[in-house]
Formats: sequence, structure tokens, C-alpha cells
Amino acid sequence: MATVSMTVNGKTVTKTVDSRRLLVEFLREDLRLTGTHVGCDTSQCGACVVHVDGRAIKSCTALALSCEGKTVTTIEGLANGATLHPMQEAFREHHALQCGYCTPGMIMASVDLVQRNGPGVDEHTIRRELDGNICRCTGYHNIVKAIAAGAAAMGSVRQAAE
Amino acid sequence: MTATGIGASVRRTEDHRFITGKGQYVDDINRPGQSYAVFVRSPHAHATLKKIDISAAEKAPGVLGIYTGDDLAADKVGGLICGWLIHSKDGSPMKAGAHPALAQGKVRYVGDHVAVVIAETLAEARDAAELVAVDYDVLAPCVDLAKAQANGQPQVHAEAPNNTVYAWHLGDKAAVDAAFAQAKHVTKIDLVNNRLIPNAMEPRAAIGEYDTGQGGFTLYTTSQNPHVARLVLSAFNGIAPENKLRVIAPDVGGGFGSKIFIYAEETVCIWAAKKVGRPVKWTADRTEAFLSDAHGRDHVTTAELAMDADGKILALRANTKANLGAYLSTFASSVPTYLYAPLLSGQYNIPAIYCEVDGVYTNTAPVDAYRGAGRPEATFVVERLVEVAARQLGTDPAEFRRKNFITSFPHETPVIMTYDTGDYDASMRKALEMADYANIGKRKAESAKQGKLRGVGFSAYIEACGIAPSKAVGSLGAGVGLWESAEVRVNPVGTVEVLTGSHSHGQGHETTFAQLVSHRLGIPIEQISIVHGDTDKVQMGMGTYGSRSGAVGMSAISKALDKVVAKATKVASRCMEVPETEVDFTDGVFSGRGTNKSMAFGEVALQAYVAHKFDSSEIEPGLKEGAFYDPKNFTFPSGVHIAEVEVDPETGVTRIDRWTAVDDFGILINPMIVEGQVHGGIAQGIGQAMLENAVYDANGQLLTASYMDYCMPRADDLPSFDVAMTTTACPSNPLGIKGCGEAGAIAAPAALINAITDAIGHENLAMPATPQTVWRAVQKAPSKMAAE
Repeated sequence: MATVSMTVNGKTVTKTVDSRRLLVEFLREDLRLTGTHVGCDTSQCGACVVHVDGRAIKSCTALALSCEGKTVTTIEGLANGATLHPMQEAFREHHALQCGYCTPGMIMASVDLVQRNGPGVDEHTIRRELDGNICRCTGYHNIVKAIAAGAAAMGSVRQAAE
Repeated sequence: MTATGIGASVRRTEDHRFITGKGQYVDDINRPGQSYAVFVRSPHAHATLKKIDISAAEKAPGVLGIYTGDDLAADKVGGLICGWLIHSKDGSPMKAGAHPALAQGKVRYVGDHVAVVIAETLAEARDAAELVAVDYDVLAPCVDLAKAQANGQPQVHAEAPNNTVYAWHLGDKAAVDAAFAQAKHVTKIDLVNNRLIPNAMEPRAAIGEYDTGQGGFTLYTTSQNPHVARLVLSAFNGIAPENKLRVIAPDVGGGFGSKIFIYAEETVCIWAAKKVGRPVKWTADRTEAFLSDAHGRDHVTTAELAMDADGKILALRANTKANLGAYLSTFASSVPTYLYAPLLSGQYNIPAIYCEVDGVYTNTAPVDAYRGAGRPEATFVVERLVEVAARQLGTDPAEFRRKNFITSFPHETPVIMTYDTGDYDASMRKALEMADYANIGKRKAESAKQGKLRGVGFSAYIEACGIAPSKAVGSLGAGVGLWESAEVRVNPVGTVEVLTGSHSHGQGHETTFAQLVSHRLGIPIEQISIVHGDTDKVQMGMGTYGSRSGAVGMSAISKALDKVVAKATKVASRCMEVPETEVDFTDGVFSGRGTNKSMAFGEVALQAYVAHKFDSSEIEPGLKEGAFYDPKNFTFPSGVHIAEVEVDPETGVTRIDRWTAVDDFGILINPMIVEGQVHGGIAQGIGQAMLENAVYDANGQLLTASYMDYCMPRADDLPSFDVAMTTTACPSNPLGIKGCGEAGAIAAPAALINAITDAIGHENLAMPATPQTVWRAVQKAPSKMAAE
């Protein structure tokens, strides 16, 4: 057992955990943030994607202890209070989810994808960069549309802020 | 109609919780005092269980209980059942072996359940499970479907000689033989419908709980049909009477058929909860899902089509071996029989059809319904046959189909079904136009200049959905009726709760069902809640599969709404002092014809509960009505999908250049959701045709038991899809709905294989058409062989 501290969705948390505790288990079981899901055991499906220090990672492949002192954002922390993040809004508007299980990871990966590729990211790039996230329901058609729309909206929000 | 009524692409009301991480899936639930179960599974495909030594495991930290098949037997827990009795052509009932939830005496596939270890934490349960020592006497397995029925093969169950569960048939053999004897042209093909693993993104999970105070059980489970689970757990497994057994299927992360069935793990968790006196939770990891979720498809078929000199189809003949795996799963027996052969008429006038199907045991995971269930297999047979026939006759494949389309309805096929309505040519015309089929020659020439092979393929599919008229399926061997139930509860303020026996696990029922209510009662969908997935709330239901929830589930709601409106009309009549026959109800307002009296729906609801304005010996207070709806017929969604591909002959890589889908689903409640269903179905169909394959080696080891080995469709494997609709309203239900959930998965494999075979110039191509398979096929192309 060891003690770990990190900032999760803006709050500092300190817990004593088994040293083999994965970040996803820490989030789901110790913090009860169950929006981050587990869909596989080989780091392939991306249902567990969260942001650590602003970058998307698969929380099933990180030890909780490796996140000491880091800043973690999960799907529960993406919206600004009652105002949804533009990517959340885009997923709803474009019917980019059906069963909803892959959705948290898909949205977190999408936000990172746009941060790296800019608000004008094209379909080809979106499809290529979604390689690490599997959806079984949508055939990706509407996810790709939603990410393009969410990217543009993220661009406008940033522009408005500047 | 309201802005949120039938036909509006209303954004989904359930989405908010999913996009904010507030969904409640089974694994998100923790119960007080919860313990964790881990299953010890067989590493062998076929073995005798000599001894299970739990002595070391029992002493491991945190262990609360370890149980085997003997413990279940001692408690008289019944085995898992198959709910559809098929009879062989000689009249004998199918020959099924027992299916204990934990193995007794023998294990029959890799992943078969040997023991369960329950401990304080998941890690402790896993550690202890490693210490369970099982002494196996390994037997030769029977893995190869094609050889399984031969003499001398290992026997999976003693009850089924030659591993044959049934030798079933449908149709008129003599008429078919006579038609073939007269045929001017016969097309024959051999097909393998590859084995698939459903892979809903949420792995199966269960929490069993026993309340010692009340003496009742609760099971939280990833189910498409919690009421059927309760029925089976109660009546067949003997866990508890139904009134002491609550089954809750909360948010469920996809099903595609695989969560219809009542599995070993769920049965064991609920039973064990009482044994250990603690809630017992189990969540599959992905490897367990690959090993023990029911698989799909897995047919080997020879099929023939007979035609006259004008290219009119005379008859169809098919012989299929269907792999059922090591045990019969809940509906396994029906999938390759009554969900398959009755669709072999496709969209065509075929005077005579005969189909033989052998259901075969092998030492592999059980095989049952997976999106489409029997109908994709039938469509693959029919649409490959007609495509190949057209090519052999030198006829355009679209024209060949049009020449043979059924054009008048109702149409009785030679294989049970009576198609109620359709306009197949309308879908074909629209698809040809959208796909720019007129210029395919030019595009092929342009590809050829680049050294690429371009091909186009059709699939004019039909499916039988809206499953199903209870009496009809009963006569075919179903153990249950396939109606649906609904209850509409109007609250005194005019808000509405709808309790439905359907279950939503991605389909968007919370939105579409509310749209129906909004449409009929003239109230906004924000005032409507859809309640499903809890047997303590909803009395009874048959669940969601077979594209039935619109056609059957919503029809039940519609019937209950009729009763609500009829009663509210009476109440309004008394309140307004207008005769009932002169009360109109439009856009949520009751009005007295020829008067200026009117009452909003909410006001009438309040008056129904206040009960001051009517004689309660004549009208009961309150406003709540229920209905059971049993469909009159199956529904018959149909459509045309056109795939256009470009194959790189140097690498075998196939690029899908465009995908056109024109479907007739009858009346649409929410076009946005319907299109989403089509997209997802096509992706699964493309997955089957190009990427996915469940592979067992000769020893029965599953080689594709992770996402590293089983190729799931990813975003960059797929194109965007061009989707459109034509509409013939279904006359068999009050809403005109046909169902849309499975169409894409049914249509897509044939369209894609037809396109790739068109590109490479010959028909010998197996699914999945991976780059390696396509490259090898290109090397065997007649043009290539001739050149060499």
C-alpha cells in the first residue's frame, strides 16, 4: 500500500492504495467516478481515456501511483458547471452515441485530438486518430461528424476567449 | 402533431447522462457488503473433470466461498435452457445434452465454467482462483464444423449421436427437384458464413443479492430482456418464485443479441448471493467475453438457383450446416432454422424453395443470435446466388434482380412467410441513382488506369422483424409468446410515465417512445418518462431483439394510449357537459364540437384524479391504462445496399469508395435515430465481410480472444455512408413501423463481397476478405492466370 495525491477534476485527492491499483480502478472504485469505463484488457478500446496533465491517456494502462502530483480530468470534469463542453454538445447534437458505453472515452480522446490538430481537422485525420477508440454501435459516421463540429465549436470558443 | 412527435429527429433525452459520465451500467453499481466472483474456466476444449481441489484456494486471504457443479446440483439449481424446440425432418425432437451452469463431469469448450471463487475483493478472488487445482483428463475435441458429423468424431454430448442436434428442413423438396430438372441454367455456390463474436463494448456483468429480511433475490444484470431472465431463473433454474425475484437491467452498453441469453455467470451470482450471505458481483473482462459470450453465424452452405431461359428464377435449394457450439444457448436452435430458411425467398418471386439445415455440436463456445440472427445468413445465400447468376447469364445484376422482384402484395412465399407490403423497385431505383450506377463503367476504367480494380456489388435484402405473432411462433416450437406489454400512467398534473417491457441498450427508446406519447397526447417530451428494465416496476415484458421494439413494443404503448384517450374523453365529456360522441381531442386539447368549451389534457388528468365532476360508479377515478399487444404478422423491412470498392491488386487492400443504402422501414418515428441504426448495422456487416473472424485452432483454443487478434471495425476502416429511405407503411401494426435495427448487418456482407468479387473477376472469395485473402484471390483471377 502507498499514498498517492493528485488533482482530479479540480479537487485534490489523497488516498492510500494497493501499489498495483490502476488509475481506472482508482477513479472508478476509490473516487466512484464511474463515467470512465473499462471495455477491454489490452489497451485497445479506449473506453477508459482520461486526460492527465492535459493529454489523453488510457487509464487502464497507468498505475494510480504514476499519477502522483498530476492533474487528471475525467468525463465528469469536462463540462463547465451546467455548461457542456462543445464536444459533449456536438456528440448529442449529431447523435454520435447509442449505448453510451464508449462515449466518455470517445469524447475525451476527441478533445485531445482537436487540441493537437486544430479546429479545422479533416475527416481523414479524425478517422486515423480515432484508431485507439472502438465503438460498436454507431459505425463512426456520426462520431466523425460530431468531432468535426465539436472542433469548429472549440475553435470559436477559443477565439471568443482571445 | 407536436415538434417532438412522430417523424421528428428529436435529439435524444438519454444522452445527457451518457455524455456527462452519469450513466449507470451494472459495473457502476456497488452494493453494501458486496463481494466479488471470479470463474475458474476450462483451458481445454474437451476434458473429463477428474478432481477439483479447492483446499489451497479456500485458505487464501479474503475467500468467502468456492463452489462447483456439485454444489449447484445439491441445491437442485436447474441447468441453462434452450427455449425453442426444433423437430428433425423425421419428426423426432432435437437431441440436446444437459447444460449445467457449472460443469459436471465434463468440460466442453475453452472457457467452460468449472468453479466460482467468491472473495472480499476482486484481487483476492483472482488470486484464490489461481489456486484451484483442477485435474483434467483431456479428450480429443471436435472443432471442425465440416467434419463434426462424420463417424468416429469425438462426441460432444452422448445424447446427440454424430454431434447432430437436429436434421431439419423446410419447403417442398419434390417441387424444387422438378424445377431444377427443367431449368435452363443452374447457379451453384459454396459459402462459409464466418463465425463472429458480438463484442458489445460493455462486457457482461451481474450482481446477485439476497435479502434475508424479505427472503427475496435481486439480480442486476446486463440484459436485453430482464423479464425473460426472471422467468427462466425462476421457472427453470429454480432460484426463487417470480414474486421473490427482482431483475434489474439498468443502462446496458450494447447487446446485439448477446445479452438476450441467460448465462451461467448470472445464474451462479444470484444463487451464490444466498450461499455467502453477501451481494456477489461479477464483471467479465474482455477475454472472458470473447470466450463465453454466445458467438454468432458460423454456417457452411451449398446453395443452388434454377432459372429458365429468360432468367426468371424457378427454384432455390440450400443445404446448411450450422455450428451451435458445445451447448444450446437460450435461442440457439431457432436461429439457423426459423430465422433463416423462411428468408430464402429474399425479394424475389421464387416458386419453389427447399432448405435442409443440420444443427451441429462442436467443442466451441455456444452460438446464438447476433444482430440479424439467421437473416444475414439467408441474405448472404440469396444475394450471392443472384449476383453470381446474373454474372453467369451476362445480365446486369440490378436488372436481373428487378426482373425477379415480387411486385404484388400480400405475397406468400413457399417458405412460410406472407410479405405484407413493399416496393422493392422503388428502393432499387433510388439506390442506383444515388450510387451513380450509370457511370460505373467510367469509374472502373479510371481505376484501371491507376492500376486498381474497381467493383460494385448489390444486396437487395429482406428481413422478418417485429418478432413475432405468439401463436405462429408457438406452432414452430417457441417456448414463449412474443407479444409486448405497456402501461401508461398519467399523473394528476398531466405528466406521463410509460412502463414498457422493451429494453433500451442503445436504441434510444427513452426518446422515441416519448415521441409517440407526445404525438398522441399533445404534450412535450419533457413531461414524459420511459421506465424500463426493472421487473419490480414493469410487470412483464419480452424485451428487445429482432428489431421488435418499434413494431411490437410501441404498438403496445399505442394500444394503451388508445385506452387513456378513451377514458380521458369520458372524463372531459362530464366536465364540459358535452356528450362523449361530441368530444374531439386534437393537439392535446379536448373540445366540445360546436361549443367554445375546451380542456387541456393536463386539466382532464387532474379531473380524473379529483373525481368531483363524474359519477365514480360509472367512471373509475384515475388515469392509467395497460395493454398487451400481440403482432398479427412479422414485419418485412427491405432495401438495397450498393457497395463500391477499389482493390489494390499489389497489396490486396480494399478501399470502400462509397456505400449507398436505401431502406424501407415503413413509418419512421425518429429519422436521426433510424439512420444511426443503419450506420451501426452496416459497420458490423462490413466487419463480418472484411475484418472479423472467430478462429479456433485444431485443439479448440480460441486464437482470437482479444482486440489484438479479433479485428474490430475502427473509424479508419470505414467510409461515411449515403443513407436514404423509401416508405411503404406496414399494414400489420397500428403505427406502420417495420423495424430498422438489424438491416445494415443483414445487407452489408453480400454487398461488399459482391463488390470485391466484381473487382477481382471471380467468385472464389471467403469472408473476411482481409488484404491477404483478397491478394491471394487476385493471384487466382482468370485474367491473371491467363497472363501467366
